[in-house]
Formats: sequence, C-alpha cells, structure tokens
Amino acid sequence: MNETTSQNAQTPVKNAIEVRNLNFFYGSFQGLQDINLDIEEGKVTAFIGPSGCGKSTLLRTLNRMYSLYPGQRAEGEINFYGQNILTPDQDVNLLRSRIGMVFQKPTPFPMSIYENIAFGVRLYEKLSRSEMDERVEWALNKAALWNEAKDKLNQSGLSLSGGQQQRLCIARGVAVKPSVMLLDEPTSALDPISTGKIEELINELKHEYTIAIVTHNMQQAARVSDYTAYMYLGSLIEYGKTDEIFIKPKRKETEDYITGRFG
Amino acid sequence: MDAQQYGEEAGLKNMSNFSNIDLSLFAKRKRANKIGLTLSMSAMVIGMIFLLWILGVLFFKGFAALDISLFTQSTPAPGSEGGGLANAILGSLMIVASCTFISTPIGVLAGLYLSEYGDRSKVASITRFVTDIMLSAPSIVIGLFVYALVVAQVRHFSGWAGTPALTLIAVPVVVRTTENMLRLVPGSLREAAYALGTPKWKVAFKISLRAAQSGVMTGILLALARVSGETAPLLFTALNNQFFSTNMNAPMANLPVVIFQFAMSPYDNWVDLAWGGALLITIAVLGFNILARVVFREKVQG
Repeated sequence: MNETTSQNAQTPVKNAIEVRNLNFFYGSFQGLQDINLDIEEGKVTAFIGPSGCGKSTLLRTLNRMYSLYPGQRAEGEINFYGQNILTPDQDVNLLRSRIGMVFQKPTPFPMSIYENIAFGVRLYEKLSRSEMDERVEWALNKAALWNEAKDKLNQSGLSLSGGQQQRLCIARGVAVKPSVMLLDEPTSALDPISTGKIEELINELKHEYTIAIVTHNMQQAARVSDYTAYMYLGSLIEYGKTDEIFIKPKRKETEDYITGRFG
Repeated sequence: MDAQQYGEEAGLKNMSNFSNIDLSLFAKRKRANKIGLTLSMSAMVIGMIFLLWILGVLFFKGFAALDISLFTQSTPAPGSEGGGLANAILGSLMIVASCTFISTPIGVLAGLYLSEYGDRSKVASITRFVTDIMLSAPSIVIGLFVYALVVAQVRHFSGWAGTPALTLIAVPVVVRTTENMLRLVPGSLREAAYALGTPKWKVAFKISLRAAQSGVMTGILLALARVSGETAPLLFTALNNQFFSTNMNAPMANLPVVIFQFAMSPYDNWVDLAWGGALLITIAVLGFNILARVVFREKVQG
C-alpha cells in the first residue's frame, strides 16, 4: 500500500491517511482538483496557501465534515488506515470520533469546563465517575490547561479567555482519544502568547497523535510541521518535508508564495 | 446652549471657506432633520399619553378595589355585598399553567424541528407559514373552534376545554421564538459538536437548545403573557363559575371572563372587582414581559 512517495526513502513509514485522486465539489463548483497525498502517522502535516485555495476544504473532507451540507460531495478515495472513508456506508459519527477537529474560532459548549470534556467522552465510552474525573484531568493536562482550570471545573467554559477556550477545545478533542487531530487555523483568532502555547502543545501532541494543521501563517507552518503541502486554486502544488519546502522548494509557485512575492 | 449654538455657527462659517459646500443645501438638511425629529417625537408623545392614561385609570380604580378579600373571597352572588376574585385567580392560574405544560414541549420541539431538521424543506416552510397564520388568528375564532371540538361534544364548559384554546394561541409564539433563537446559535458550535462524533439529535438537544435556552425561555414567557389576558377563547370554553372550584372538568372561573362580565354589570361592587382583576392581569403581563427581558439579556451563549 505504501508505494512511492518522496518522503519514505529510508525506513518504511506508516501512513494514517492516504488521499487518492480526490475531487471535491460545492454544487457545480470544483473546490479540489485531483489531490494525492499521504499523511504520515505521528507527524505534523501543515497545509498552506492563499485564501480560497482549498486547504480548509481538504481538511474538512478528512473527517467528512462536508457531509453535513447537502450539495457538497467528494469523489476519489481517502484511506484512513487502509479503509476508504468516502464510501456511503461509512458511519460518519464513528469516523469523527477517530479523527477529531479543532476550529478557527474557539467553540466551547455552553456548559461547565468539566462537562465540555466529558460530553465527547460519554458519546462512545461508559466510564465511572472516578474514571471520568481522571480522563478530564488527563485531557486538560494534555492541553496544558489543568493548572489554570482545576479550581473552576464547574464554571462555564465561556468564562475562560479566548486562548484558554481554544485549549479547552483541544482538550475536548484529545479526550475522546482520536488517532488524528485536524486543526483548522487554530491560532488565527488568538494573541501571540496564546499562539505560542498552542504551538508548544502541537509539538507535545504529535508524539501520540497524527496532526494535520491548516494555517495562514507560514512561520507557524515552518515551526510546527514535519511536512508541508502548498495548495493553490484547489490543487496541491507541492508537498514534502517542511525543511525542503521552505529552504529549497522545487516549484517556482511555492517559492514565490513562501518568499512573500505572492499571496 | 447658547455657547453650543455659537460654536456651531462659528464652525459653519469656518467650513464655508471651502468653496464646494453649498450652504443652502446644508441648511435644508438641518431643516429636514428638525421636521423629522419633531414628527417622531410627537408620535411618541401621543402614544405615551394613551398608555399612561390607560395605566393611570387602571391603577387608580384598580388599587381602590385592591384589598385582602380580593384574594380570599370568591366572586359574590348578584346583590350581595363584598366578595373577591379568589376563584377567578386560581382558575386563571390552573388553566394558564396547564396550557404552559402542554404548549412548551410542543412549541419547543416544533421550533427545534424547524431550525435543526426541517430548515429549507417543504414541510418546514409549510409549518412556518401555518404558524404565522396562527400567530395572527383572531382569538374568538380559536375559541369557537375549541367550542365546537370539545364543548359541543362533551356538552359542558370546563377548565379542560379552556386549556387547548389557550394552547392553540401559545404554541405558535413558542415555535417561532424557539426557531429564531436557535438560528442565532452559531453554526460553528454545531460543527464543533459534530466533529466529536455527536449524533444529530444530541447536537440539537444538548448543544443547540442548550445554547439558546434563555431565548427559548423568553419565548415561553412571552406566550404566557399573551395567553394570560385572553378572554374570547375562555368565554367559549371555561366560561365562568361563581364558586370556588378546582375541578378542571367543570366550568371554571377565570380573570378575563370575570372582568368581562362584572365590568358590564349594574352592581358597584362587581365593577370594582372587575377593575381589581384588570389591575392583577396587567401586573402579571407586565411581570412576564419584564422577566422575559431579564432572561433574554443573556441571549444566546456560545
């Protein structure tokens, strides 16, 4: 299954997600054109490109978020550990519990911090009260929020600051123990300090999770990712190791974008 | 005031140095502004005069009738002295309460369907259309309808017949406010819930409805305010009862119908009671509206 991709020269790598000949349509408008790429397990893959290039669209196909909206459809294959998730018989709820997502704007649920995290866990697991307490603490620790939140677990999630809310959303996603986390511009609504915390977090999380992140900030992509994909007008222009993309891009378009001559 | 006026004129003179400003045009705009402001102010004053007039008369006559026996004694027999509204107050409370218990789940569920499930489907748009008609349906028609459907069948007036009549008025209010409040819940919140693998019904009930709960409460309170003053539907259904009764299966006293009958009676003490009842209803409606505003202040969370 892992045939030819430039990244796996030395040791055979395991891919969490393999996208094959993916085309995506918003009604009659084609949002993605013939995308092929592999997302390696346990690594951070960044998607960069100008607004409207389809990077968020691509991310939203990976957990079938688009299925919520009639008129949006995807063709091709997305293999999640070998299983094509674009088939109609794929249970999307189960899929989304395996592939979590964090959005641009923090979206705490209108309930307590504790309940925010327990909500997702309860969907697929039956835990005792003490096990749930442990899980909540574990998830908040993972998101580096435990110290700030431990004394106000019963307060509303909306009482937290923007950066804390976003970390709560990450904790919520991590708590259900998915294997992949999709981050859709997770720091674009945050100040630099909160952004720094989230980036540290991404570095921590990649040891246990496969991460795909969409970002408008190229420095962020350079800082946090192992692989980078540059997209333009719904097509994947270049994909490879982040170092190579940023230091020695193969394509002229990529270079123009990265050096700021375009976009 | 003078200083300000002087300042304005001085400013205008300075501005007139710029050759492209036509002063007559500027003066015309100011004149139009003054006329518009005067018209809208006088419209407001006329409205306020009548509102204060109504409230003034109501409070004046209502408070005169207000004493403890209003709450402890039942409506008096013709010709007898004194009396109160205890039976009517209790009857109104029971009928309005049972109406709330029925219309809240129906209205909230229907609103939830319109916003979360139906959305742009044909069924939803028809439901919306029918609900809007029901919102403005004359209450006397609804009263007649329930009369034909319930009272004419069981052959007696009853509190239970009053309940569906008020429910038919309350449900559309609850449906529409619930739907509108749910629409204020940002789509990103729903997506965030779906992204955890949450099934649709759980997103609707546990996330959307929860985020909109204070708005939904507002709708219920506004519906309560609306039905607690309705007379026509009860005239055809619950009718009235001179005696203290908690039997919902029998004709039941209620404030609006008592006011209607007593206000037109020749007995002075009855007319006084009608004013007292009118004051009570007004205070209740006012209370519901204020409560609704306080609850709505939180609006939508998330």
